[in-house]
Amino acid sequence: MLKVEETQPVEFSSALLAKFDEIVKRYPEGKQKSALLPLLHLVQAEYGWTSVPAMDKVAEFLKIQPIEVYEVASFYTMYFLQPKGKYVLEVCRTGPCCLVGAEKIMNHIEQKLGVKEGEVTADGLFSWRGVECLAACGFGPVLQIGPEYTFYENLTEQSVDQLIDDLKNKDLRQ
Amino acid sequence: MGRKLLLEHINVPGINTLAVYREKGGYRAVEKALKTLTPDDVVEEVKKSGLRGRGGAGFPTGMKWSFLAKPEGVPRYLVCNGDESEPGTFKDRYLMTHIPHALIEGMIVSSYALGANTSYIYVRGEMMPQIRILERAIEEAKAAGWLGKNILGTGYDLELYVQPGGGAYICGEETALLESLEGKRGNPRIKPPFPAIAGLYGCPTVVNNVESIAAVVPIVNDGGDEYAKIGIGRSTGTKLISASGNLVKPGVYEIELGIPVEEFIYSDEYCGGIANGKRLKATVAGGSSVPILPANLTLKYANGEPRLMSYESLSEGGFATGTMLGSGGFIAFDEDQCIVRNTWNFSRFYHHESCGQCSPCREGTGWMEKILHKIEHGHGTMEDIDLLWDVQRKIEGNTICPLGDAAAWPVASAIRHFRDEFEWHVKEPMKSQSTNYGLANYANPIEKKPEEVKES
Repeated sequence: MLKVEETQPVEFSSALLAKFDEIVKRYPEGKQKSALLPLLHLVQAEYGWTSVPAMDKVAEFLKIQPIEVYEVASFYTMYFLQPKGKYVLEVCRTGPCCLVGAEKIMNHIEQKLGVKEGEVTADGLFSWRGVECLAACGFGPVLQIGPEYTFYENLTEQSVDQLIDDLKNKDLRQ
Repeated sequence: MGRKLLLEHINVPGINTLAVYREKGGYRAVEKALKTLTPDDVVEEVKKSGLRGRGGAGFPTGMKWSFLAKPEGVPRYLVCNGDESEPGTFKDRYLMTHIPHALIEGMIVSSYALGANTSYIYVRGEMMPQIRILERAIEEAKAAGWLGKNILGTGYDLELYVQPGGGAYICGEETALLESLEGKRGNPRIKPPFPAIAGLYGCPTVVNNVESIAAVVPIVNDGGDEYAKIGIGRSTGTKLISASGNLVKPGVYEIELGIPVEEFIYSDEYCGGIANGKRLKATVAGGSSVPILPANLTLKYANGEPRLMSYESLSEGGFATGTMLGSGGFIAFDEDQCIVRNTWNFSRFYHHESCGQCSPCREGTGWMEKILHKIEHGHGTMEDIDLLWDVQRKIEGNTICPLGDAAAWPVASAIRHFRDEFEWHVKEPMKSQSTNYGLANYANPIEKKPEEVKES
């Protein structure tokens, strides 16, 4: 995953731009702004977060003002406006998950990773945060990891340890 | 066993593929509607079925459809609301994951009924795996001629797209969803005009929940009258209930509307009772926004008659002693759960998710979260409980969209039914940090109708 500094200009790859073109076709003529949310997801999947230069490029592509992109990226919770760990563990912290132990899981993750909510581990691999209801209340506690938002359900401290170790190993192999 | 209309084939291997879905009778509704019915016929069947919006509001779907304006030369849109984010609700995720073609088929038939040639399924961004599943299903359906130009040679064209959200509960509100689909912040619009007149891109639009659209398939297959025979009174058909919390078998269940709440919680066919041999303390019957009820009022009305899983029965007694079916997010609390802590958790949720347009909601939800945090952590006073009541009352009804009400109701009902537990936190600040208030009297039989809570 490529990291970019905020000041560094961004050039989208032709593969990414081809995906942009495909998405814009879904909407009527002149309504290309509708593609904004899907495009930002693609940008974040590519770079790991949505930087200002990347948002400016998206604005240019959609022929809208940069502010129209910023206001959207800052409104929705899924877009990261700062660099995060390679794997962001997003744990549901809402009522039903808390009834079955989500708070314990979050405390455990904090201890295991040794970083506070929102921070990045020294190796750059992990961040974690509590998020609101992920619509999986019957299988709680749950967490998800972007950019594919893979789901991990019925979490226990052991399964979380396993998951984190697996991700570390997976990264070593790459 | 109750009848299953949506989840009948849920356990069939490969039901997520077009081939197996077809084997089980899938896409019959498209053939029937496009070849033998006019769009108005389909609307008529949905009206006859009595289907009510499954997203939470319970507004009759057929009536909503009949409001759609049809000016000459202006496109009309059907938008499916798959922004499932109401705490306690996870039925749409389940349906989209396992039987995506049920939603695609419903979208084709419904789009035909409304005269839409482009339709969107808006799915919350966190459900990326479900978005992929739906996109694959759409590809399959298109390759087989169920979507695209001139479907089944009838001359009807339909393009169907999946749109991801960006992570915002408010986008489940239909006008916020439309704003989001237009690439904007999810700020709900002032109504009127309603989407039926000016919706997506200013064009007439219908927004329906995933489950409502999937329910159109059996309605078209068997006829609206047949559908209306299931259920009880004005609560017709089957409903997906998402059961969570301290239950033996949490999960998604399809019920015939009208079964007793007690049966739903305790029978082996459904939730199988309270987990770990504990006793039931309280329930939230329809997603976090609806009033929380103590165990005794969950199972029975104030007059002692059994409460049923239906729109009318769950709201029996009004806000004094009843609740709502809402989206069918059924959350069960066992005797070890703290109502104050849960109310604080829900208030934090609404504060986090308030879009910030209306002051009563933007500021009020923050106040509620702070006051509840204070009480939960042993720093509350008796005046705080009254202040909390006052704040929630000033949010309700004073906002553009129902998020304000949704934030106020859980707080109001928690104080209404569990005031002694709030007061215990104030009176026993130390004790409340290490132990729970427990079941208290919340499951005791109701001997007489409680006096209505005075609102001032």
